[in-house]
Amino acid sequence: MLSKHGIFERHSWLLSIGILVVVAIGGLVEIVPLFYIKSTIEKVEGMRPYTPLELTGRDIYIREGCYVCHSQMIRSLRDEVERYGHYSLAAESMYDHPFQWGSKRTGPDLARVGGKYSNSWHLAHMTNPRSVVPESIMPGYPWLAERKLDPEEMAEKLKTLAIVGVPYSEEMIANAAADLEAQSNPEADGAEAVVQRYPKAVVGDFDGKPGEVTELDAMIAYLQMLGTLVDFTKYDAAGPNLR
Amino acid sequence: MTAIEEREETSAFSDALAVLGAALGTILGLYLVAFSPDPVMKFHGALLGGTSVLGALYVLTQLTGNQTAAREFYHDGPIKFAAIASVFWGIAGFIVGDIIAWQMAFPWLNFDLPWTSFGRLRPLHTSAVIFAFGGNALIATSFYVVQRTSKARLFGRWSPWFVVIGYNLFIVIAGTGYILGVTQSKEYAEPEWYADLWLTVVWVAYLVVFAGTLMKRKEPHIYVANWFYLAFILTIAMLHIVNNLAVPVSFAGTKSYILFSGVQDAMTQWWYGHNAVGFFLTAGFLGMMYYFIPKRAERPVYSYRLSIVHFWSLIFLYIWAGPHHLHYTALPDWAQTLGATFSIMLWMPSWGGMINGLMTLSGAWDKLRTDPVIRMMVVSVAFYGMSTFEGPLMSLKAVNSLSHYTDWTIGHVHSGALGWVGMISFGALYCLFPWLWKRRGLYSMRLVEWHFWLSTIGILLYITAMWVSGILQGLMWRAYDELGFLKYSFVETVDAMHIPYIIRASGGLLFIIGALIMAYNLWRTVRSEVSVDAESQPLVAAAPALRSTLAAAE
Ligand code: HEM
Ligand code: HEM
Repeated sequence: MLSKHGIFERHSWLLSIGILVVVAIGGLVEIVPLFYIKSTIEKVEGMRPYTPLELTGRDIYIREGCYVCHSQMIRSLRDEVERYGHYSLAAESMYDHPFQWGSKRTGPDLARVGGKYSNSWHLAHMTNPRSVVPESIMPGYPWLAERKLDPEEMAEKLKTLAIVGVPYSEEMIANAAADLEAQSNPEADGAEAVVQRYPKAVVGDFDGKPGEVTELDAMIAYLQMLGTLVDFTKYDAAGPNLR
Repeated sequence: MTAIEEREETSAFSDALAVLGAALGTILGLYLVAFSPDPVMKFHGALLGGTSVLGALYVLTQLTGNQTAAREFYHDGPIKFAAIASVFWGIAGFIVGDIIAWQMAFPWLNFDLPWTSFGRLRPLHTSAVIFAFGGNALIATSFYVVQRTSKARLFGRWSPWFVVIGYNLFIVIAGTGYILGVTQSKEYAEPEWYADLWLTVVWVAYLVVFAGTLMKRKEPHIYVANWFYLAFILTIAMLHIVNNLAVPVSFAGTKSYILFSGVQDAMTQWWYGHNAVGFFLTAGFLGMMYYFIPKRAERPVYSYRLSIVHFWSLIFLYIWAGPHHLHYTALPDWAQTLGATFSIMLWMPSWGGMINGLMTLSGAWDKLRTDPVIRMMVVSVAFYGMSTFEGPLMSLKAVNSLSHYTDWTIGHVHSGALGWVGMISFGALYCLFPWLWKRRGLYSMRLVEWHFWLSTIGILLYITAMWVSGILQGLMWRAYDELGFLKYSFVETVDAMHIPYIIRASGGLLFIIGALIMAYNLWRTVRSEVSVDAESQPLVAAAPALRSTLAAAE
């Protein structure tokens, strides 16, 4: 058998083809089915695309590398479920391009952090984490409150996400810039429309600076919605296990 | 046509192609500078344009004519460049690693500035050590090895230069991007779409140069080290392209959204991520092991049959192991089970490689005592054995439920990264510098001895601290009190990590000092003809061309 191996050693193109065939198999078997089987593509009630403000917050979360310390994936283990809440479902990250499950928990899991703290707690925490959690080793992000958002970018971002499969409607895209501002201003006329387009969206002046939409508004809006979309009092855990 | 005329014609053709390519790079760079609304894109356009202009100018000074002048048989310029780059990026990457290590012990070191914040520096560290330090070491050694074992000059006149310069341009674009907040957040694949496209072009050129040299070879058989290098180049191409599929928001902007989402994206990412380990950090460096250990020990590879069996089984099994990064997550159970099973099986070919490397020394074990360069490489293979034993263990669901998300993973990473990748590269660099610069030996063997001990102690401090903190953290997270409540709040577990973090960062400091000593030693090797301790260096430390005269003199 091994004497036949000489043929690979004498022909570099054969060796290359051999390598490519051998390394292609595992990925095909493990990845391709995930696009077809029920448990990984089924929808769960409550899931919706991010609002423009949440999406911007998510983009900042990525930019600052929050994922290097925080996971967003509660494993189906007793202590995790007790600490963080219901284990994460596949459907809960279906609109995440890319996913944010993380691989290291230097800080706690954030998959269900939405609603756990007040906006003002987040405001203080993002500016100086040790002002609210003295032992924390998280960096402060004071610059987020200083940077204003550019609403003009929003429509293009939503359009791009629509291309990769997020169901943003024409209406959502047309109103992207307006929704960005309205969500951070409870007085605004458009605030109700945001909640209509994006059920359960939280409207508020997150950064305590009325009339200005900053990166901190976006970040807190994102944090406050994480894990809140699926209603687990109604979710049928006995049904098909959507993990 | 005579051979010389023919050579002149092909080299005139390559000169023209090189200038054309550089002109395209310049135009694209200028376009981005002028029209991109995104300041980071403008900056990266300027980098591309600037490098292209310099490249074109250099090519123009080297135009045909002086071609007929005698040239060396092997093309070593690009190798020297990549070897120096590897040392430079290594030190930069280790320093950033140690900075983030101290940040985890003393958070004020983040300075509340975007550019020095942990979240931006950590990807800078991982990319600098894996892709910049490791990548340049791989390019340098693969170009060296493929020429020597094929008895052929590198394929192409300018393409080898394009590969090394283009690759390092990619590193600079990626690294400055992270600091300025440009990332797509996929671990070990953080660079944005345009940097990914650029790397794809460079990587194809790398494949062409490497495979082209194999095609030209004068030896009938392809040497085993080259199988590993080839598998590394081909598989990384496949992984890189699939994992980075994305749609940019605008052509002149940096931001894009990844094509896949959720579970599919997670599986694709860890299919990529685990095989970045398997093919970048393992197969490539095994290629290094298969050349430099036998050369330095002057012994043939222990077993040819073992090489064949472990090569094919290693590359086949690795690809399946990705799901062990996703145990107990929303990935379907069958995929997790497949990942765990293949990870366990992976133990065997991994140890096959280790045995082949270690046993190559049989009959020459005394060299461990006399030649610290060999010792470095052998200890590296031992660390490889250790981390590929620990890895399958951590792939078991029960163990992973404890280790995942904790510092145990970080300890495992660094026993592989500092121990295996770091030490085998140091060994190869210590071999390469005198060989490339035609020296009698290294400047000083005693300094290698110092480097060896400093890094070994540094690594041990690092990984023991991480075992302690990782297992402690895992146990604290799942501890219950008598009443059945979780015993510790999250932040109590953070507090418990403080001392291990200080020990880890101190270990890292030792590792850096060792690397600085290496840089000094290599710099002196290049600068001065003489060694301070030539008599204590084996003959193989000398450049191959010098060995026969040296042997005769003795
Ligand atoms: C002076 C030497 C080094 C020090 C002090 C150091 C320190 C660190 C620190 C503090 C982290 C972050 C850990 C965390 O987030 O909990 C890290 C991550 C990492 N380092 Fe290093 N490092 C060093 C060398 C290296 C080398 C040589 C390599 C690879 C060749 C490497 C590869 C990595 C990788 C892959 C990660 C990410 C691990 C993960 O996500 O699980 N490091 N390093
Ligand atoms: C048989 C070989 C190996 C197996 C089965 C294996 C298995 C594993 C497992 C189970 C994890 C933890 C995943 C998690 O819980 O998140 C892991 C993480 C890791 N291993 Fe290995 N390992 C092997 C060899 C190596 C080697 C030789 C290196 C380095 C040169 C390495 C580098 C890494 C890195 C960088 C990570 C961290 C990934 C991340 O979370 O960012 N592994 N490995």
